[in-house]
Amino acid sequence: MENSLNLAAVTFDGVLALVLLVLAWQLLRSPNLFKAIVLFISFGLMLSLAWVRLKAVDIALAEAAIGAGLTGALFLTALDRLQRNNQKAGDSLISQPGKVIAGISVLALTCILGWTVWTLPPFSNQMLALVSSNMPISGVENPVTAVLLNFRGYDTLLEIGVLLLAAVGVLAVTPSAVMVADSAPSPILILLLRLLLPFIILVSGYILWIGKYAPGGAFQAGAVLAAGGILLATAAVRFNLSASKALPLATGIGLLIFLLVALATMMLRGNYLQYPVAQAGTLILVIEAAATLSIAAVLVLLFVGLKSDADCPVPGEDSKNFIFEEENTIK
Amino acid sequence: MTIPLLYALVGVVLLGMGLYSLVMYSHLVRKILALNVSGAGVFLFLVAAADRTSGPLPDPVPHAMVLTGIVVAVSATALALALTCRIHQVSGTTQLTDNEPD
Amino acid sequence: MSLTDLFGSFLLLLAIPFFWGGSLGLLRFPDIYTRLHALTKADNLGLGLVVAGSILISKEWTVGVKLILIWLAVLTASTISCYLIANAARKRKINPWKIP
Repeated sequence: MENSLNLAAVTFDGVLALVLLVLAWQLLRSPNLFKAIVLFISFGLMLSLAWVRLKAVDIALAEAAIGAGLTGALFLTALDRLQRNNQKAGDSLISQPGKVIAGISVLALTCILGWTVWTLPPFSNQMLALVSSNMPISGVENPVTAVLLNFRGYDTLLEIGVLLLAAVGVLAVTPSAVMVADSAPSPILILLLRLLLPFIILVSGYILWIGKYAPGGAFQAGAVLAAGGILLATAAVRFNLSASKALPLATGIGLLIFLLVALATMMLRGNYLQYPVAQAGTLILVIEAAATLSIAAVLVLLFVGLKSDADCPVPGEDSKNFIFEEENTIK
Repeated sequence: MTIPLLYALVGVVLLGMGLYSLVMYSHLVRKILALNVSGAGVFLFLVAAADRTSGPLPDPVPHAMVLTGIVVAVSATALALALTCRIHQVSGTTQLTDNEPD
Repeated sequence: MSLTDLFGSFLLLLAIPFFWGGSLGLLRFPDIYTRLHALTKADNLGLGLVVAGSILISKEWTVGVKLILIWLAVLTASTISCYLIANAARKRKINPWKIP
């Protein structure tokens, strides 16, 4: 029986659950924003361990890369921009009766949800049976990839659209399209890039490819590639978003390819996003490859768009994307 | 009490804590942090519910939903943070103030 | 349990005091430079022991190569992040702690 309780598992899960609750409580009540964000990153990493314990390895990969790493980087960048005036996150503005009402309502909601969770039936096998019986026609061997890109491909199509929408939104409110660093990048950082970037690209391609057979896939590969892109962005002295030609293309290509496949299946077979069985595997790989590029480009755009500041000088006439200062200007 | 049930209850408690902090604190970044914590709680519940199968394999449909959810959560967080920075730039504050009668 | 399993488990257990010492150093040391010292040195050695133990337990050479690559990547990233953090602290004029 899968859920038999042996002592080591119970201790580990109990401690992990306690750590999650304590981390969340500490990060939510801390008025120091930096402390809260660092605790949030640790919370994300502990959550990855919880995903592994719940047999959700794909989600553990995505959570470690996107949930903990990328979200933490976004928060720290925003904090940097907000704390130019060095302000503290103050207390609540709600009156005392309001706090009590809020507390009681949330407690009631939590109890109702907890009772619902407690009385859920212990086994629920219909979905798993449905997916397992349809795996031969899906074109891949990893059930999560099959569900994500074949059985529920429409959700993934819209999700890539949501990513694009978020990128457009961030770029719409960013004050300038040019990100200028405070100083030349440290030569040690450039060394790190030289060592890690080829490795990152290789690992990203591997995760994309292995998504067909084992936990992996487009989102995790895109997140790893985005990490490489963000490292590159932090080492650039000047990053001009409006002059970049590759970045908009990379951002749009995921949604574009997915839509083309969807339209092709609709016109040839009459059903939207119903892949022909013989080509299902290839189609999924093509869509995933385009989606990886797209996800990486959008995540890098989100980071750089958040980092751009209104104090940036006016962009010059050159239209280079990256300028790496190779001379050592260490002050 | 099985292991998935423990994580599902932890998820529900996280959701409650996040909701309460969302209402309580007025600083926008703390609200965004609270939303992320609530989101993590919901994901925990979904994945724990997916583990309720009789065999060794979990149900992959909630896994796909949570994967989508993580990506959408990071997009929403990025947009919310960009809007917060813009609000700070335009009005000089990041706390939501009470509505004052005009 | 075979001899390699036993030795691998022993290496895994040996890593515990290193991680514990690294975390203790993070909490108890007086300034940022000493804390970085505790984190990078102790935790990387602990990770190396975990990797060695896992290679012995898994007995497949593909898994072993991947684990060693992971250890090397973590080593590189943590060394360079340690330098960058210390450099940023120096730029902000945080002075090293002196014995009072």
